[in-house]
Amino acid sequence: MKYFRTHILISVDESTIRAGVKNFIASLRNHLDKYSLTDEIGILETGSIGFFGKGLCFVVYPENIIYANVTNEDLNEIVTEHFLKGRPVKRLIVEKPERTQYDFNYKKRIVLENSGIINPEDIEEYIGVGGYEAWEKALLEMKSDDIIEVVKESGLRGRGGAGFPTGLKWSFTAPIKAKQKLVVINADEGEPGTFKDRLIMEGDPHKLIEGIAIACYAVGATKAYIYIRGEYKLCIERLRKAIAQANEYGIIGKDIFGSKFCLEIDIKVGAGAYVCGEETALIESMEGNRGTPRSKPPFPGVKGAWQLPTVVNNVETIANIPSIIKNGADWYSAIGPYKSTGTKVYTVLGDVKMPGLTEVEMGTTLRTIINEYGGGMKDGKKFKAALVGGAAGVFLSDELINVNMDYESLKNYSAVLGSGAILVMNDDADIVDMLWSVIRFFRHESCGKCSPCTNGNELLFKLINDIRNGKGKEEDLNKLIQVSEVMVDTCFCALGQSLLMPIKSAIDNFKDDFLKRMN
Amino acid sequence: MYEKIFEKYSPKKDNLIYILHDIQDQHPQHYISEDAVSEVSEYLRIPFSHIYGVLTFYTMYSTKPRGKNVIRLCESPPCFLKGSENVLRKLKKTLDVKINQTTKDGLFTLELCACLGVCGNAPVMMINDDVYGNLNDEKIDKIINKIRGEK
Ligand SMILES: Cc1cc2nc3c(=O)[nH]c(=O)nc-3n(C[C@H](O)[C@H](O)[C@H](O)COP(=O)(O)O)c2cc1C
Ligand code: SF4
Ligand code: FES
Repeated sequence: MKYFRTHILISVDESTIRAGVKNFIASLRNHLDKYSLTDEIGILETGSIGFFGKGLCFVVYPENIIYANVTNEDLNEIVTEHFLKGRPVKRLIVEKPERTQYDFNYKKRIVLENSGIINPEDIEEYIGVGGYEAWEKALLEMKSDDIIEVVKESGLRGRGGAGFPTGLKWSFTAPIKAKQKLVVINADEGEPGTFKDRLIMEGDPHKLIEGIAIACYAVGATKAYIYIRGEYKLCIERLRKAIAQANEYGIIGKDIFGSKFCLEIDIKVGAGAYVCGEETALIESMEGNRGTPRSKPPFPGVKGAWQLPTVVNNVETIANIPSIIKNGADWYSAIGPYKSTGTKVYTVLGDVKMPGLTEVEMGTTLRTIINEYGGGMKDGKKFKAALVGGAAGVFLSDELINVNMDYESLKNYSAVLGSGAILVMNDDADIVDMLWSVIRFFRHESCGKCSPCTNGNELLFKLINDIRNGKGKEEDLNKLIQVSEVMVDTCFCALGQSLLMPIKSAIDNFKDDFLKRMN
Repeated sequence: MYEKIFEKYSPKKDNLIYILHDIQDQHPQHYISEDAVSEVSEYLRIPFSHIYGVLTFYTMYSTKPRGKNVIRLCESPPCFLKGSENVLRKLKKTLDVKINQTTKDGLFTLELCACLGVCGNAPVMMINDDVYGNLNDEKIDKIINKIRGEK
């Protein structure tokens, strides 16, 4: 391996590919060549470095300088000034937001520790940073029960929305005797405002593969599927490559590390349906059917895809597993508050300076996340509301954003962590409009299987439409809440039960916005 | 007609979604015809009606011919907050179509969709497999004109 004095980490993801990053890299290589810098300066293509809307961007190490909005025309200047003479080009550097320790929180990252640092398409780089050590340890030194015990003690809970304890989920499936058991990774990621799983898969696909392998061994599954939404072309491509490389290195496949354990990993894709994120709908879709939910029980862990015991876990959940196995349950459970251990990846969006993703310790306050990691409010505008947890989330007002972001604290606000999407709105936003958009989303995504959901959504949409058009009455607010309460009691799956939270929180916390439309 | 695609996938029902994607991607009008459904039905040995049911469930598929470029504009709350309604207005005007219609020259079809998972660049649309973000009027003009020029 060559040693470079400087590393340039260039983000190659969906948005920068659009902005022409491939071309840019070629041109950068030419420039380095021209000034004979190729032996001194290494270029690494990485996943997203964590923020958006800035065109092409890259980080220069060890200085940790971030350049953004760079075009081919700027290259000569950067190469001659910065790389040749050591004078960074100030006008292209992204300023760290004032009074924050905006360093992408690298030190505390677990799930994203390698994202933006290693080349996701090269298994050697993952192995080089200690990748697959946990898998080797799990397979060769631990019994399945021990692994499940460690995961239980770590306190890890599902990151797909419901927050179910992962070790406990595994312990239901592990003892079942069946001709085959499955692990299915939920990478459908349809919750509006969420793209954390995409960036985990694009930035560090091998971490997911390693987590899958450990999960499979723990529950006795010999086959795993990753169900990825159809739009995530780059994820699908990168994971295909990662699976092929892992097979080639004997990390998955037959008789792994001479242990007799065999594991096959396959990819399934979706075709555009939010409800397919629901685990039983996802299983239906995987089998080649319409993605409508099944009744529970039996739970997938007992009877899932093709009636085989199937553990369904979210991408982020599984990406935590390698570090837990490597460092132990105590290490993990020391991070974050009791009952909500570890870190959480958030996507901070909307009217903030730096929309993007961040991984922070559980229990960090919402205010900190918005101000420090989202860079604070854009254009000096005032904060008005945050929609936390995606469309199936809650609208929180300024008084409420001191909440600690963890499963237990959010319960007190009748809120949930959900998918980790945080949509920030400034004073210009109108909560009636936003709620209208939320209800429109659910109305469109209702799968049509049960009438409380189809009719309920129709009714809710009519009510909010009337209010939005100035034809609503105050009693309509109660109706909105009542209808969504009935839906909680009667809808077949959690999709139809999701509307109460956004509706109730919008009305409770932003009643004035509704009343304004009424006279 | 679809042998090449069928060769890639064993005749099992769970390959249906893959096969439908491939058939649609291969068609210049981005849709799946009745004939195609019949052929898939024969290959996988599953009823026509089942395939049709699946086809119409998922929003990425179309049973009707579409334009050479399928525009899917995200209308979910984060993009809505960032002005997806303005983008929609602009697209309708520039292309002179309504939602789910195809332009007379067959170059574009305008559709709405739910969150595409690229909300950091809201408002966002996809044209075929490409994502376009941070949209505003000028950008849309640029993008549309560029594609018009390529034809
Ligand atoms: C309508 C609906 C959509 C969902 N979408 C997702 C999703 O996109 N990704 C996900 O991981 N879980 C989603 N879930 C939750 C899954 O049903 C399931 O709880 C989760 O995948 C379990 O994994 P975990 O225990 O690791 O969180 C959704 C649930 C519902 C009801
Ligand atoms: S609640 Fe809605 S999404 Fe769930 S099964 Fe019923 S109709 Fe389908
Ligand atoms: S909300 Fe539009 S891409 Fe996510």
